[in-house]
Amino acid sequence: MNTVIIKYNAGNIQSVLFALERIGVQAEVTDEKERILRADKVIFPGVGEASSAMKYLKERKLDEVIKGLKQPVLGICLGMQLLCKHSEENDTDCLGIVPVKVKKFPAGKDCKVPQIGWNNIYGLKSPLFKEVPSNSYIYNVHGYYAEKSDHTIATCNYGVEYAAAIVKDNFYGVQFHTEKSSVVGEQILKNFIEL
Amino acid sequence: MLTKRIIPCLDIKDGRTVKGTNFVDLRDAGDPVELGALYAKQGADELVFLDITATVEKRKTLVELVRRIAMHVNIPFTVGGGISSVADVNALLENGADKISVNTAAFKNPQLITALANEFGSQCVVLAIDTKKEEDGEWYVYLNGGRTKTDTKAMTWAAQSVELGAGEILLTSMNHDGTKQGFALDITKAMVENLPVPVIASGGGGTMAHFKDVFEKTNVDAALAASIFHFNEICIPDLKAYLEINNILVRK
Repeated sequence: MNTVIIKYNAGNIQSVLFALERIGVQAEVTDEKERILRADKVIFPGVGEASSAMKYLKERKLDEVIKGLKQPVLGICLGMQLLCKHSEENDTDCLGIVPVKVKKFPAGKDCKVPQIGWNNIYGLKSPLFKEVPSNSYIYNVHGYYAEKSDHTIATCNYGVEYAAAIVKDNFYGVQFHTEKSSVVGEQILKNFIEL
Repeated sequence: MLTKRIIPCLDIKDGRTVKGTNFVDLRDAGDPVELGALYAKQGADELVFLDITATVEKRKTLVELVRRIAMHVNIPFTVGGGISSVADVNALLENGADKISVNTAAFKNPQLITALANEFGSQCVVLAIDTKKEEDGEWYVYLNGGRTKTDTKAMTWAAQSVELGAGEILLTSMNHDGTKQGFALDITKAMVENLPVPVIASGGGGTMAHFKDVFEKTNVDAALAASIFHFNEICIPDLKAYLEINNILVRK
């Protein structure tokens, strides 16, 4: 089993590496096309801003590499949002793999933006959530969210109901930080590795 | 729905916890990694590691420690103490810290907050404020671990810091810290109601009822405490069960 984490300008790679280590998976961090194409599993993490991340991916032609992947791919947080069609964050055209729009949370008195903290997910429908009970708590840090759609495989509520996880073909995405979501997050990472 | 957070705080000096603990099941009670992992397992929602190491050369120890924490702890954690540059923060985040907290250095150089927010995003910039209510009834900002008084009001500085890019406020009441008489409800409530970012209440939590009070009466996002957890006066699973019975949403 060969797991690759795509290296780019959007943070938190070390935390994802450590989380994988805790479940016994040694992953390789790379931005080399051949290595990414060869991998059995590809993780596309991210903490940062959408337009600068897309610019970086395009400059290195990583956008085309990601779009062409056939093996299971897991986008995490910004990585998930970049799998979508468009983000309101600096009006960014994303990879367009999953036909879903990413919108900004409306700020409210009880819903400060960004959402930071633990929230519950429900409506779980994917092998990605094997042995994950409905209403499990996961850790979130984000100001933008993917709209609910036919591609939603987990739902969360923060003022609005949104897609906490999405799927299209071999592309999976989770909005929350699996690598910081305690045993629930580790189970989801394990499920992805075992897909 | 987003839950209220319970945050144990560990003071670190030269890579070791300072105050000690009375957990009998720890092999090494002075090891911040082991204690942090125990709290994570017990259901802590986040951890704060506050480095009080005095010397610059010893600060390399902190980066190594952060890396070990990130390796073994599966919940988010914040690192604070002596941070004064973008380079300091880069090293901590690259090694797995989720957020950093700044205090005195940010007060003396407010542009540091903006520089950090621009480089790493507001979500990882926590502004820590040590504040004391004076005889005139106003809350003032104190610096250098509470040793130096300023003429700036805590609310003014908090609002300014958010404008500059701070993403969360860690508010410690010096009047309440160490007293175990409960959190500072008035200033906490004022901050929660007037700031568009999450607030962490710190100082004074001595009983489970104090945590209930601060969540119920101020709607604060998180509550932080140190010695009551370290000395097992309150254990986190009991605290969370108590809060849940009292209709405060917590992660289980």
